[in-house]
Amino acid sequence: MSRASDAPAAPVPDAGRGSFLAAYGIWIALAIVIAALPHIFSSGLALSMMSVMGTMIVFALSYNMLLGQTGLLSFGHAVFFGLGGFFAVHLMNALSGGEAPMPLIAFPLVGALAGLVFGIVVGAVATRRAGTAFAMITLGIGELVASSALILRSFFGGEEGISTDRTDLIQPFGLTFGPQIEVYYLIGAWCFVSMAAMYALTRTPFGRICNAVRENPERARFIGYNTQTVRFIAFSLSGLFAGIAGALAAINFEIMNSAQLGAAESGSVILMTYIGGIGNFAGPVIGAILVTYLQFTLSDITDVWQLYFGLLFIAVVMFAPNGIAGLLTLQEPLIRAGNLGRVSLYYPLAVVPALVALAGFSLMVEMTYRLSVGGSEMSFLYVPLNARAPLPWLAAIVLLGGGGWLFLRGARKVGQVYGDAVQEGLRR
Amino acid sequence: MTKKLALAAAALSILGLSAMPAAAEGTLKLAYVDPLSGGGASIGQIGLNQLRFIAERINAKGGVNGEKLEVVPFDNEVNPQKSLVQVQKAIDQGIRIIIQGNGSSVAVAIEDFLRKYNERNPDKNVIHLNYAAIDPILTNEKCSYWHFAWDAAVNIKLEALTNYLKGQKDLKKVYLIDQDYSFGHSVADTAVKMLKEKRPDVQIVGNEFHPLVKVTDFSPYVAKIKASGADTVITGNWGQDLALLIKAAADAGLKVKWYTFYAGGAGGPTAVKQAGLADQVFQITEGINNIDYKPAQETIRAYMEAYPKEPVYYPRLFNLTGMLFEAIEEAKSDDPAKFAPKLEGMKYKTFSSGDEGFMRADDHQFFQPLYISTLEPVDTKTEFDEENTGWGWKEVAQVPVKDTITETTCKMKRPK
Amino acid sequence: MFEIVFISTLNGILYGMLLFLMASGLTVIFSMMGVLNFAHAGFYMLGAFFGFEISRRVGFWPGLVIAPLLVGLIGMAVERYGLRRVHRHGHVAELLFTFGLTYVIQQAVEMVWGKLPVDYEVPRSLDFPAFTVFGTEYPAFKMFELLISVAIFLVLLLVIKRTRIGLVVQAALSHPGMVAMLGHNVDRVFMLVFGVGVALAAVAGVIAGPALVTQSNMAGLLGPILFVVVVVGGLGSLGGAFIASLLIGLLQTFAVASNASLADLFGSSASAGALQTYLSDIWNVTVAQVAPILPYLLLVLILIFRPRGLMGTRET
Repeated sequence: MSRASDAPAAPVPDAGRGSFLAAYGIWIALAIVIAALPHIFSSGLALSMMSVMGTMIVFALSYNMLLGQTGLLSFGHAVFFGLGGFFAVHLMNALSGGEAPMPLIAFPLVGALAGLVFGIVVGAVATRRAGTAFAMITLGIGELVASSALILRSFFGGEEGISTDRTDLIQPFGLTFGPQIEVYYLIGAWCFVSMAAMYALTRTPFGRICNAVRENPERARFIGYNTQTVRFIAFSLSGLFAGIAGALAAINFEIMNSAQLGAAESGSVILMTYIGGIGNFAGPVIGAILVTYLQFTLSDITDVWQLYFGLLFIAVVMFAPNGIAGLLTLQEPLIRAGNLGRVSLYYPLAVVPALVALAGFSLMVEMTYRLSVGGSEMSFLYVPLNARAPLPWLAAIVLLGGGGWLFLRGARKVGQVYGDAVQEGLRR
Repeated sequence: MTKKLALAAAALSILGLSAMPAAAEGTLKLAYVDPLSGGGASIGQIGLNQLRFIAERINAKGGVNGEKLEVVPFDNEVNPQKSLVQVQKAIDQGIRIIIQGNGSSVAVAIEDFLRKYNERNPDKNVIHLNYAAIDPILTNEKCSYWHFAWDAAVNIKLEALTNYLKGQKDLKKVYLIDQDYSFGHSVADTAVKMLKEKRPDVQIVGNEFHPLVKVTDFSPYVAKIKASGADTVITGNWGQDLALLIKAAADAGLKVKWYTFYAGGAGGPTAVKQAGLADQVFQITEGINNIDYKPAQETIRAYMEAYPKEPVYYPRLFNLTGMLFEAIEEAKSDDPAKFAPKLEGMKYKTFSSGDEGFMRADDHQFFQPLYISTLEPVDTKTEFDEENTGWGWKEVAQVPVKDTITETTCKMKRPK
Repeated sequence: MFEIVFISTLNGILYGMLLFLMASGLTVIFSMMGVLNFAHAGFYMLGAFFGFEISRRVGFWPGLVIAPLLVGLIGMAVERYGLRRVHRHGHVAELLFTFGLTYVIQQAVEMVWGKLPVDYEVPRSLDFPAFTVFGTEYPAFKMFELLISVAIFLVLLLVIKRTRIGLVVQAALSHPGMVAMLGHNVDRVFMLVFGVGVALAAVAGVIAGPALVTQSNMAGLLGPILFVVVVVGGLGSLGGAFIASLLIGLLQTFAVASNASLADLFGSSASAGALQTYLSDIWNVTVAQVAPILPYLLLVLILIFRPRGLMGTRET
């Protein structure tokens, strides 16, 4: 874990001019990508989805400050996301008509402040404990806030929530923020800044102490750190960035609703962060992008998408505890040894049977679902079939069983080849 | 690495989009944005089934204006922000008619979103047809030209209900119990106001709120109702909150009349039957299956052939689609900008009884006769049961359209 | 007055015991294995649906035995092939594993039984009022619930404190190496404990199913209340969970009976300005209105002021 927890390509800023590109190249590239994306994907949906992704990247990264960096499992992180958004919306409404010199682009600061303040308040209580007790406190606080949100209707707007008009503020440089593209760039900019800030934070001594508290609180205490204070600071800062994300969501949708600070939203950020990988800075970013994408598209393909989602999550917890980013960092020693190309030739041995088994499994799931909602005619991967007939079931069993068996064999082989290659790389 | 993945994911998203068939010539697509997964999915699925049934029947007759109908479902998990992305998705696919119902939170979000969208895209309007969200705010403070509502709003239902209760002489003490959120409060506030006006002699002996879907044990609430000596309970509760309340009341042997909004909602009939409260639970709706009106009964039978597990649950979806198709045919166009004016003020014979209702132009609220009905074991006069319980709704009274009219504060902004 | 107090106490005890019935398995698993099973409510739901399915074929009573056995077997399989694997990644991974399981169970139930509530009925033999107090009937089925709940408590207490099995299980958590040395299969002990805990959840499901609503979202709607019971009682303490259940049951029931609000206590708020609208929300909320969320407040307060819970022996 400890190795993978270091962020990729650790830049060393104090090396000479030549390594400037090595140190900051990835950030420059990131900025270019953020700027260029809308020119590649310009449809309305792509823009809204990328806006949501940007928001979720900040949210997931802020969550990982707790789970990944400090080892704190929180079940109530959406509280800060939601409160950040609500405060931003309220201020936008209060300043509507452009009465105050505060342009839209500054509003994530409101979310940040709200997130920080509530992070401090809640953190003072919650971070007195770690581990399971901490998880339970956050669960309780999340439940408390979500339930209260429906009761305190003036502030949270009841069922309808609070809506706002983002264009109704002062508009310097003629930026109305009416068109989605302008909002995308606003979110992109904030996402970039937040990412950089959170990354920088992991490089500071404080970030390192957080890691120490995660790995071995006793030893951290021994060398003179108050683990509770460390947890508290991490928690507050994480609230700050969650608040930024909430404000970005508020700007994007122009509406905040009590659903945004509930258990479902908190659960969703856990899924994102963990599936992406908590041991790596890029993990939550990958997770946020992937999970957001799946959330919006999987539901078009299947009604039981949440089942696949849950299974994906369990699979990651069981087999790839460092998430997708962890799987990617596994390739690093191969790249260094220069034999990734050769080893990756073996990957299809495991991947193809896995896909076959997956197809068999989801065929079973879909047929079961079809039978339970009534009717039997359906189509799977564009193949029409009858869920009551024995043949598709037989096919599903064969696919699942055969694919599974081949996968186990293939995976063993791949594991061997991988291990040998890494050994070989080390010997060199 | 981040960059690569972002690219790959974005590329996928485009692939995902282009994999969807582009709108074929001669199809009219209707987006159905409702919960299809998660807690609210049971009712969302029923609505989708009904809509598909309607579309198939219309297509069998040659479609609307020669165009075939296609219902495209979008799962919103009753989450306002998710709904907006789904609406955006629908718009990207060239769909310009959004049908949505469950959750006033979602309805308000979509109404707001489309108001802005239509302002910003005046040549490409999108219309929002709401079949179930009944927060009065939708047709009052927030009313929008691009939003039409087919279910009677809370205040309209209560206007009708209190007009019916005006004549109920055995009504003396009323207890109100509602979920503690905006809908529950608007039920309670309106009921108190209207009862005071129409039946000043009736005592309101309790006005209780409890948190939304957090209560497992309703016996303490039932004890309170019992202690108050109420003979009638009015509640806007739905889902588990209604089922558990009614079962707890039956367990404690509480004998009152229940006037509800959602006893017919998913799980309601099952709970009422389990509680054994025949003829004690009432609902107010725009129609029930057991009304002696031939065309409706035939359609319901046909529907149950296609979907054997359930009778018609949303008569208003028939009203909605019927009026929509009539407006499109009249306007000879499926462009919302052209057919929306035809909907305004349209008169329509409702699905359940054939009595006439009308779409008020001032606030785009459909007014229709409403029915007070009660649940009891089906007998010779009633044909359809609910949720396979063997119990079905029986008409108690029809509240004519004129007794359902309420005022609106809507100042409709029409496009120029 | 006496009437209200009496009825509230009775209702509170009944509700508290229902909570204990639901939470007993959770606390068993936590005290023996140190795993907080997030999917507990999911297994409870499985129990309800299995109970429903069996009861409509062969009757309620066989269901009460068979459903927990089946669910227990599923639980053992989950432990053997899932939980054991993540065990070495620590408690956070275990918690996350069971968290993911909640999604899967919920979806699986939805796929098989659909999304609408099923008609799971109280057995005929218990479908009558047991007694009537102050004009309020108390159904026999609720008394049965109470009985089972108390029985489970006593049996568990006996098994854990007084039998050899209980000793071995307890030792397996704190000194797994030593227990293995003495010739016990620690893995199998854990598997059995998980199976039993999950089977207890299923018993609760079979019994609560007919009394409440048996629907695919019942696990989600139950919410984290069971964690409140277990944490307030003191993580891993059976007696604590028992007392916490009663406490929460009574707290909630008496709160519902009260109509006091801050406005009653301090008079209506006099402050003017924009804040007032926000404040008036808080000011006018009655105790009854927030009764069902009081347990969560209790949870937070307990964790601040008495972190090991009412009767816990260790701090997490």
